[in-house]
Amino acid sequence: MRHIISVMLENEAGALSRVAGLFSARGYNIESLTVAATNDETLSRMTIVSVGDDGIIEQIVKQLDKLIDVVKVTDLTATEHVERELLLVKIDVNPNTQADIDRQIDRFSGKIIDVSEDTYLVEVAGQSKKINEFLDSLDVSKILEVSRTGVTGVCQKREG
Amino acid sequence: MKLNGAQILVQSLKNEGVDLIFGYPGGAVLHIYDALDAQDDIKHILVRHEQGATHAADGYARTSGKTGVVLVTSGPGITNAVTGIATAHMDSIPMVVISGQVPSALIGNDAFQEVDAVGITRSCVKHNFLIKDINQISSTIKKAFHIASTGRPGPVLIDIPKDITIEQIDEPAYADAINMRSYQPVVDAEPEKITKAAELILSAKQPIIYAGGGCVIGNADQELREFTRELGFPITLTLMGLGAYPAKDELFIGMLGMHGTYEANMSMHDSDCVIAVGARFDDRITANISKFCPTAKIIHIDIDPSSIGKNVAVDVPLVGEVKSVLQDLIQALKGKKTADISAWWSQINEWRSIDSLAYQTKEGVIKPQTVIETLYEVTKGEAIVTSDVGQHQMWAAQYYHFNEPRRWINSGGLGTMGFGLPAAMGAKLADPDRDVACVTGEGSIQMMLQELSTMLQYNTPVKIINLNNGYLGMVRQWQEFFYEKRYAMSYMEALPDFVKLAESYGHIGIKVEKEADLKPALIEAFKLKDRTVFLDIITDPNENVFPMIPSGAGHNEMLLAGRDDMASTNDEGLNLV
Repeated sequence: MRHIISVMLENEAGALSRVAGLFSARGYNIESLTVAATNDETLSRMTIVSVGDDGIIEQIVKQLDKLIDVVKVTDLTATEHVERELLLVKIDVNPNTQADIDRQIDRFSGKIIDVSEDTYLVEVAGQSKKINEFLDSLDVSKILEVSRTGVTGVCQKREG
Repeated sequence: MKLNGAQILVQSLKNEGVDLIFGYPGGAVLHIYDALDAQDDIKHILVRHEQGATHAADGYARTSGKTGVVLVTSGPGITNAVTGIATAHMDSIPMVVISGQVPSALIGNDAFQEVDAVGITRSCVKHNFLIKDINQISSTIKKAFHIASTGRPGPVLIDIPKDITIEQIDEPAYADAINMRSYQPVVDAEPEKITKAAELILSAKQPIIYAGGGCVIGNADQELREFTRELGFPITLTLMGLGAYPAKDELFIGMLGMHGTYEANMSMHDSDCVIAVGARFDDRITANISKFCPTAKIIHIDIDPSSIGKNVAVDVPLVGEVKSVLQDLIQALKGKKTADISAWWSQINEWRSIDSLAYQTKEGVIKPQTVIETLYEVTKGEAIVTSDVGQHQMWAAQYYHFNEPRRWINSGGLGTMGFGLPAAMGAKLADPDRDVACVTGEGSIQMMLQELSTMLQYNTPVKIINLNNGYLGMVRQWQEFFYEKRYAMSYMEALPDFVKLAESYGHIGIKVEKEADLKPALIEAFKLKDRTVFLDIITDPNENVFPMIPSGAGHNEMLLAGRDDMASTNDEGLNLV
């Protein structure tokens, strides 16, 4: 099953490689990983999407927690949470396809952020599922370039 | 007063109570060596190879319970040390390794003797640091010793660029205590889990205590004795746990696992309640995991939450320091009555009567088992025994009956050949009044021979018991069993004359070829209190380690000497190591 794991860790050099190294050394899978500083500049938040059965996810959480730099690990999937991902996609547009593409962008609450003679640059934010669906709604041959941020997420309760 | 980084480093080590460092100088650590030279509190042992430094510090740590300290230079200095760091990591040994690094401005430039020490060691340390500022030196040393020695202990590396060791600042204050928000090891298990474990223990009809290295490292041997005797339960120990419970005690049913006793493995298989104490369900212990303890409820005491449920599903996890958890359990069980387990003991004694460690002696050949039994007799079971890795390691574990903890020093997790000799040197430095024997083989000993030179320089008299059978014996045994006796590259044709070799290093060499000479030679060697003696003992080249659980089999599928001289395995087993 897909899990979103949120990790608060000391904002130290090498912290990212410790996490990445842990996943490769123990053969865990990473679907996406995002990391950035938080409002507390001594802390970073990392959001990892991984797939595995309950035993594997439990081990991932414990092994992450065991890293000396890690302050807190939360399996967001086990709580009420919000997840978001940002997509930037460059699409080939011509007068024949434009109307349909506009309709899809509208349907997925996307935003055209740049337009050239024959391309759109579009951003779509939302759950990964929504982004997948948006990309599926487009003609594959018209997708020129895709860049996704990977998932970030937070727990909905006040104390996450 | 102004101090340079090297002086601050040395002062910080003194503040941590360090009095012994194993190391090897080089360009990047010359300022540190200069600072070491200017003081007398910390003694430095100049090894002959950095791997020797880490193993010696490891042997010192295992014997004394203190944190072993290593100092090496950048580049090859630290890469040579990696095997010893990984060895300590696998066996949870407290160690701090300080490595020099090229000057900060050159990092990343492929400078002379530059490697990414922090990157290379990341997966085999508990934690590591690259010091980037002279102001971080003392706090980093404080953190390193705290991390290395608390929770589940392990090695910590500090990489320090050369320029930082020559910069100067006012002498910093050294912190008395440290609190890290990201590192808070658990001490006590949850009380409700203790209650649950106690209920399970009291209702068990076929219980077994399975205790490991955590009881030695966690100094919980007295609690383990009290707990076991209070319950009257059978106890088995892992390779790493030997000595945590006295081998001569009636409740001890021998070592567990691949070369453990028949009664220990059969009892695990048939048990209804396994109490794992500071042990981690390693594959050499569980045998085929799908056949492991089919009917048992499992209670698991471990300091490391990630050990729980890693290999085996656990019914009652008790996360905490093994000493504290055992104390709580003893308290919870006080005055309570256990179920009647007399039928269980009858069954165990029946298995015991098979005498799975019996072996056949042969005229004109020295059996390796006899060597260890004689060593036990001559040292009255009071020596510290270090070992290398292979058949001799198993025989030492089986036939030297360890009655006290910190007497059996071996590389259980990583299985590092070459460990034994430098570890013996470290053990002797930790406990100079005790006899130290290094049980080794002609394969292993050649991996760290150069430390014989260090042992002369610092006068660390050790008795080297070289079980010389000409073969990489454990490899040969597996090739005999599983590769139709194709002995691929496991025979060493050109061995040195170990007697002359020992003599050339300034030690005493004795060759033993007849069994009648064995005991007198051992007695003579141990009489030479202040000399290192190399006993080159020619043993049966065909002897195998029994009993044995072949790869892929379960605890109840052991092979016994005399009955099952040939082991076999299946495809699944061949794919396991």
